[in-house]
Amino acid sequence: MNNLVQVQNVSKSFGEVNAVKGVSLEIDQGKFFSLLGPSGCGKTTLLRLIAGFEIPNSGKILIDNKSMDGVEPNLRPTNMVFQNYAIFPHLNVEQNVSYGLRKKNLSKAEKDEMISQVLELVGLTGLNQRSANALSGGQKQRVALARALILKPKVLLLDEPLSALDKKLREQMQLELRHLQRAVGITFILVTHDQEEALTMSDKVAVMFDGEVEQVDSPRKLYERPASQRVASFIGDMNFINEKALETKDGLKVKSKILGDIFIPKNQVSGKLSNNKIIIGIRPEMISIITKNSDSKGLISGKITDISYFGVTTYYKIECGSNAKALSVSAQNSFGQMDYKIGETVKLKMDVNSLVGFLD
Amino acid sequence: MTRSSKYLKFFAFTYLIFLYAPALLLPIFSFNSSQIIAFPLTGFTFHWFETLLHQSTLHEALRNSLIVAVSSSVLATILGILASRSATRYDFTGKQISLTFILAPLVLPEIIVGVALLIVLMQLGLSLNLWSVVLGHTLLIMPFSILIMNSAFNNLDISLEEASMDLGENQFGTFYRIILPLVFPGIMASLLIGFTLSLDEFIIAFFLTGTDTTLPVYIWAQFRFPKKLPTTMALGTLLLVTSFILLSLSEYFRRRAVNSRSSVL
Amino acid sequence: MIFAIRTETKKGWRLLSIPFIFSLLLLAAPLTMMFLLSFWTQDYLVLDKTFTLNNYIEAATQPVYQLLFQRSLIISLTVTFFTVLLAYPMAYFISFHGGERKALWLFLITIPFWTSYLLRMFLWKVILGYNGVFNSLLLWLEMITEPVTFILYNANAVVIALTHGWAPFAILPIFVSLEKIDRSLLEASRDLGDGPFHQFFRVILPLSAPGVVGAALIIFIPTVGDYITPKLVGGTDGLMIANMIQVQFSKANNAPLAAALSASSLMIVAFISIVFVLFNKKYLRRY
Ligand SMILES: Nc1ncnc2c1ncn2[C@@H]1O[C@H](COP(=O)(O)OP(=O)(O)OP(=O)(O)O)[C@@H](O)[C@H]1O
Ligand SMILES: [Mg+2]
Repeated sequence: MNNLVQVQNVSKSFGEVNAVKGVSLEIDQGKFFSLLGPSGCGKTTLLRLIAGFEIPNSGKILIDNKSMDGVEPNLRPTNMVFQNYAIFPHLNVEQNVSYGLRKKNLSKAEKDEMISQVLELVGLTGLNQRSANALSGGQKQRVALARALILKPKVLLLDEPLSALDKKLREQMQLELRHLQRAVGITFILVTHDQEEALTMSDKVAVMFDGEVEQVDSPRKLYERPASQRVASFIGDMNFINEKALETKDGLKVKSKILGDIFIPKNQVSGKLSNNKIIIGIRPEMISIITKNSDSKGLISGKITDISYFGVTTYYKIECGSNAKALSVSAQNSFGQMDYKIGETVKLKMDVNSLVGFLD
Repeated sequence: MTRSSKYLKFFAFTYLIFLYAPALLLPIFSFNSSQIIAFPLTGFTFHWFETLLHQSTLHEALRNSLIVAVSSSVLATILGILASRSATRYDFTGKQISLTFILAPLVLPEIIVGVALLIVLMQLGLSLNLWSVVLGHTLLIMPFSILIMNSAFNNLDISLEEASMDLGENQFGTFYRIILPLVFPGIMASLLIGFTLSLDEFIIAFFLTGTDTTLPVYIWAQFRFPKKLPTTMALGTLLLVTSFILLSLSEYFRRRAVNSRSSVL
Repeated sequence: MIFAIRTETKKGWRLLSIPFIFSLLLLAAPLTMMFLLSFWTQDYLVLDKTFTLNNYIEAATQPVYQLLFQRSLIISLTVTFFTVLLAYPMAYFISFHGGERKALWLFLITIPFWTSYLLRMFLWKVILGYNGVFNSLLLWLEMITEPVTFILYNANAVVIALTHGWAPFAILPIFVSLEKIDRSLLEASRDLGDGPFHQFFRVILPLSAPGVVGAALIIFIPTVGDYITPKLVGGTDGLMIANMIQVQFSKANNAPLAAALSASSLMIVAFISIVFVLFNKKYLRRY
């Protein structure tokens, strides 16, 4: 695979604040790549470093194997979709979209052709003369996209492009963006703090905390094999259980009061075992509640302490053993699903293959 | 980028020298012992400031100016509060055009306002006195008051008023207990700016004062006597210091107006 | 709904009526009176109220008035041009390179204008005079051998003094319009391939046009009628229409002619301003 964008040990600080601390990333050509992380973790800064609006204090950025040191933003093969879209208010849709074509020696006819193509691509056909301030949020978003795509950049940078839209439109635009990316084949780097958005849209996601990249993986790997507790709880919910473990050749043996005797294979464990301590993680949907009258051998029993109803799913808090933290369990509200009540004692079964272990 | 910003910085400082040139000369010549306003300087003296103490016509003019400045800034601020409260709170036909009209003195050449007012007073056979100046100044200052009060009222969150009404306070009580305290800094800024503008205004005062001269009219008269120039410079220095203090105060209040908004939000 | 609209109008007008009536009485009425008077004639102290255009004809045909109108316009247009030209880079510098010190810079710029306008204009006489500061400086620097005289008691002096006097009225509106420009627009323009030069002419300048137009009007309109500056530093070659209006009013005792001159200035100024605004209309849309 060809690494289109290479970020090599890049750091950036603003005065006292270290916004990006020694980040390294390799982003493949033609992929939809996301930077995900909580507010203030340095996603925007990293994106702006790639775009050239910020200059790294140290480290190097290469695009298409060319160093971007000292290359002005206007000369980089990147284009940006700004968080607030930055549509020029004094220009109409067509003028905005063709803004970057000035230097490209094109005839009027060629330009018009490109404009109508790109407007069609983003679904704005016929709005050429609409003035910028007459556009809705979604339309502005499309103009911003068209304006960048018409220049056929090697990398399209998007800073939380959907955060200003309402939920319905956001979900629709997520799909559209994904399709668009496949259609044009341009590498997209998307910044978002919405984990669902990152998972549904991306080929690969880099999760950032405090200026550092903690894990880069496919959405599925990220969800199923999070590299740290932070990642695990940032992306979805996870139960954490403190236990003691023994190392064997190809995994860890855990004698758990709650889970019983279990074995976790090496590839499901991150970190190094030091003082026998392990934190076992399991997603709420990987625990299921077994009806009372079925065979209860080898099952864990617990008492329901809380129930929250979410439409598609129901969340239960279940206490297993007197002094252990209550487990979160989620169950699909499907046909024939049992109704449980607070205070009821139930049996639980977990998918041992989905367990992950975190060592210090 | 860095080179062009260097040029810009150089330009900015040069321009600043140009802007400061006259204002810097004022204190210099007011402490210079020579009676002639020219370089080279001859020596340091407080004499010109001392002579200010013994000029009864000056004291008279100062008293007049204070009367005019206080009255017109208070009047203009009251009118400004009414206008901007109406402009910021209600939407109605004819608002824009009448406001534009009220704000017109902001750009009209003063001489025309002066001439027009003088004509009316003469035609009505009214005598010119300080009160005609007060009215003229109020007309000129009101637009400034409106602009200042507009931003004060704009910063006022309407839900605060609604909350007060909801809690059982009537309109008057709401105005007195909620609106007034919150726009108070704006009112102070408007009063101070109005006072300063009036204190410095010449044309209207020149046209509309009868025998009671104001400070700028007095200064204008002094220009005819070269011997009195250093004293006039000393007076100017004092005025500069006064305006400096007044406008710093108004800036302080304006900032407070802005801060009080952020603490409300 | 209609009821709601009515009460809004009523409440709005209840507050606005007082300042509005004040302005009617002190601005509209006097201006109307001035227009009326301009169609009458005065012989010494007797006012003849028969309608006549003679005052306007005199204002339009007498060479002295033509000259004064012309000179006032040229001076004030020149002042407007130079003030805006000098103010723009200053405002630009503060807005884009002022960093944390923007407020300080604005403060620094306004301080000198807290000196009385009269005194400031008078001090230009001290600066530009034969033995003035400027000449002493140039002599001392040996850039000239004899004091220059083309800078006092003529139109140049008026232009210099007014360009100084009105500087903050240009810097502040331009600064405000530059501050209002969303900085991401600048980045967007860079991102789409513009260098600093094109970024300025394609984005910054058009977006700050309202500030520039506003500044130009704020300076042009009042300076046409400036009385103090020409009187103090203009000599006879630098006198402007306001000086003549005052003379006609007081010394010549010809109030109707003064009114006609005022009315004519007002109309000329209004006409030029309207043309100017229409000319820039494209940029003055509310963004
Ligand atoms: N121009 C700047 N000057 C000073 N500090 C900055 C600047 N830009 C960013 N920072 C700081 O750097 C850190 C990272 O900021 P950044 O904008 O990259 O976060 P982010 O991950 O995009 O957050 P969000 O999701 O809220 O947009 C923050 O602490 C921020 O305050
Ligand atoms: Mg961000």
